Amino acid sequence: MFYRESGDFKTNYADDQQSFPIKLDRYAVWILLAFAFFVVPFFINDYWEKSVLVPFLVWSMAALGLNILTGYCGQVSLGTGGFMAVGAYSCYKLMVAFPGLNIFFVVILAGLITAVVGIAFGLPSLRIKGFYLAVATLASQFFLIWMFNKIPWFYNYSSSGMITAPERTMFGIAISGPSAPSWATYLFCLTLVTIFAFMARNLTRGRIGRAWKSIHDMDIAAEIIGIPPLQAKLSAFAVSSFYIGMSGAMLFGVYLGSAEPGEAFGIDKSFLVLFMVIIGGLGSILGSFLGAAFLILVPVLMKNIMVGAFGWPADLAAHLELLFIGALIMFFLVVEPHGLAQLWRMTKEKLRLWPFPH
Amino acid sequence: MKIKQFGAALVAATILATSVPVAADLTFPMLSYRTGPYGPNGAEFADGYADYFTLLNERDGGIGGAKILTPECETAYNTAKGVECYESTKEGALVYQPLSTGITYQLIPKVTADDIPMHTMGYGRTSAANGKVFSHVFNYPANYWDGASVIIKHISDEEKGDLKGKKISLVYHNSAYGKEPIRTLEELAKKHGYVLTLIPVDHPGQEQKSQWLQLRRDRPDYIIMYGWGVMNQVAIKEATNIRFDMSKFIGIWWSGSENDVLPAGDKANGYKAVTFHGVGDNYPIFDELKKFVKDAGKAAGDGSNLGTALYNRGMYAAMLAAEAAANAQKIHSTKDLTGAQMRDGMESLKIDQDRMKALGLEGFGPEINVTCANHGGPGLGAIQQWDAKAKKWSLITDFVESDRSVIDPLIAEDSAAYAKENSIKERDCK
Repeated sequence: MFYRESGDFKTNYADDQQSFPIKLDRYAVWILLAFAFFVVPFFINDYWEKSVLVPFLVWSMAALGLNILTGYCGQVSLGTGGFMAVGAYSCYKLMVAFPGLNIFFVVILAGLITAVVGIAFGLPSLRIKGFYLAVATLASQFFLIWMFNKIPWFYNYSSSGMITAPERTMFGIAISGPSAPSWATYLFCLTLVTIFAFMARNLTRGRIGRAWKSIHDMDIAAEIIGIPPLQAKLSAFAVSSFYIGMSGAMLFGVYLGSAEPGEAFGIDKSFLVLFMVIIGGLGSILGSFLGAAFLILVPVLMKNIMVGAFGWPADLAAHLELLFIGALIMFFLVVEPHGLAQLWRMTKEKLRLWPFPH
Repeated sequence: MKIKQFGAALVAATILATSVPVAADLTFPMLSYRTGPYGPNGAEFADGYADYFTLLNERDGGIGGAKILTPECETAYNTAKGVECYESTKEGALVYQPLSTGITYQLIPKVTADDIPMHTMGYGRTSAANGKVFSHVFNYPANYWDGASVIIKHISDEEKGDLKGKKISLVYHNSAYGKEPIRTLEELAKKHGYVLTLIPVDHPGQEQKSQWLQLRRDRPDYIIMYGWGVMNQVAIKEATNIRFDMSKFIGIWWSGSENDVLPAGDKANGYKAVTFHGVGDNYPIFDELKKFVKDAGKAAGDGSNLGTALYNRGMYAAMLAAEAAANAQKIHSTKDLTGAQMRDGMESLKIDQDRMKALGLEGFGPEINVTCANHGGPGLGAIQQWDAKAKKWSLITDFVESDRSVIDPLIAEDSAAYAKENSIKERDCK
């Protein structure tokens, strides 16, 4: 009744092939984007920026990246944290080396550098698969973090080994550094995530995406029907690392402002992103956002409810939060192993029939 | 859509959460941690910090007649959570003491922009001692480099002043915190002629077999440790396993709490650590704490930590903050303070031994005299040693000064690098 596609006729191929062919979906997305771009920036404050929206956007970008590799192309990666570190350190080196460079290009360039590194570490995927590939990417995680700890050039020989983002601007407005206004950092991240989410959506529906999906389903069969696994796998690694590198650059430059490799980009971050992708839904763009929202926003929400509203002790709340999140993850995986995106898909199916199910 | 529902729920929760403190309350937010691998250490410090303010509220009715609030936010020693905590508590906050070098680095630019002071006592960015560059960051009475220098002085005393060719190993937490002393120790090695080897331990430090295998092979004359949390107890246990002479194993003040040595039992006897304040509960203030806080059932945590090394440090930190707040009230002749006024109070803080005596802490810490240019304080340190039978720390040296001739140029160099990177102009200090 509320959600139906009947009567929504398409008379040309362009309409039929657009990103969101169902009218209601399309409107919902436009309204959401209009709200995010034109309403939120006027009401945002430091807390919402630094604790809720920017982390959500940054981790969504990372989840998008990993979803391309793991969800669409089927290559399990545990190196996300390491690749984010590559993005962050490239961002830092670029910021320091070219002080006049627009931060937008800094982030894009950091992503490109990460893509190159990703291709290098993706090479083993041509020979090994599954768990063995996961272990190979795990090695990249440890190697990259070790490298950023070990080689002082990466952190400009600072005594503590920490990198700190200097103030960099876009159109004269500070985006990184302490005096960046919250609406600016938020809009910066939102713009990047929107552009690249649309790009991912279209990439995964097109020729390259189909190649990835066929590799995911059965790589030998894919090879037989003429899909070159070298190209497909390495392009997945490249695109995925590009996204993850950008998210690392945003995490360091825009969100945290300073970072050290072991803490900000450790193995737990690789798992965090993997959990986002699994809980959100493998092979789904929406799932990447839902997974990131689940693992980034729910803890903040729970903390605010328990400590802020109920006034419980902070340590008790922190322990309960861990318990609840764990329980919720198990609950969702038992109830819906295909992730939150699948729940949404099923809701849509039900809504189509409502109120007259078969 | 789901995201919208999330948003709605979040709005509701945040509106509930951001209850603005009532005017005339002094807010000292606590970015503490009682969970995770650093929880046992963080909890003791937080208890001491909270209990001292509770004592002031109960006994004196706050500071200068204004009640004290200590909203607590759990960071789990995690920098991202630290930022979240900072943003959620900064409304009306007077001073931040995050007890984490990583979070400190994160907050240095933010507090400066928001005009809130930060006090990183014995941790954080060492070069923040240069008040000309770091206007809002204070690290009196001592910093990491002072600690490293005092340790080397102690070793030098033990070796009758000759360190030539001695092998000294640094076991450190592989993070900004653990790396801080390396430059200083290297400079001191040039000056004294010892050989320094660096042994990093990755977070959280539960697994150190390979490091101690290396130490067993190297057979250093002394081991210095910059560890925190579970890493400390594991290292001390491993040291007893390779039968290292505990009196030649010296930790920084963050590796010198009861939690760190107790798990190793009797074998930890003789382990040393540097400290910048007194040990034990043999000071008059503890009677007051027992009377007004513990026995009144108002203690933070389970109230069992009175007199432990980290509890004392938390209490000391709170005391310094309270004194600075009182000073700020005097300067600006107002009861309610803003962060900016608190900063002025910290920058002109003077505590002499008479004041320490009046506070019930005679001889607990050095005289403090903060100035616009020097945010670092005197930099005194003493060595404490663990007595495993009595389960007690005791001071075995006097408070001695660190090697300023090495540290001051390093501070100038590092703060100049920071100023250059962030295009900060040095303040004019008259």
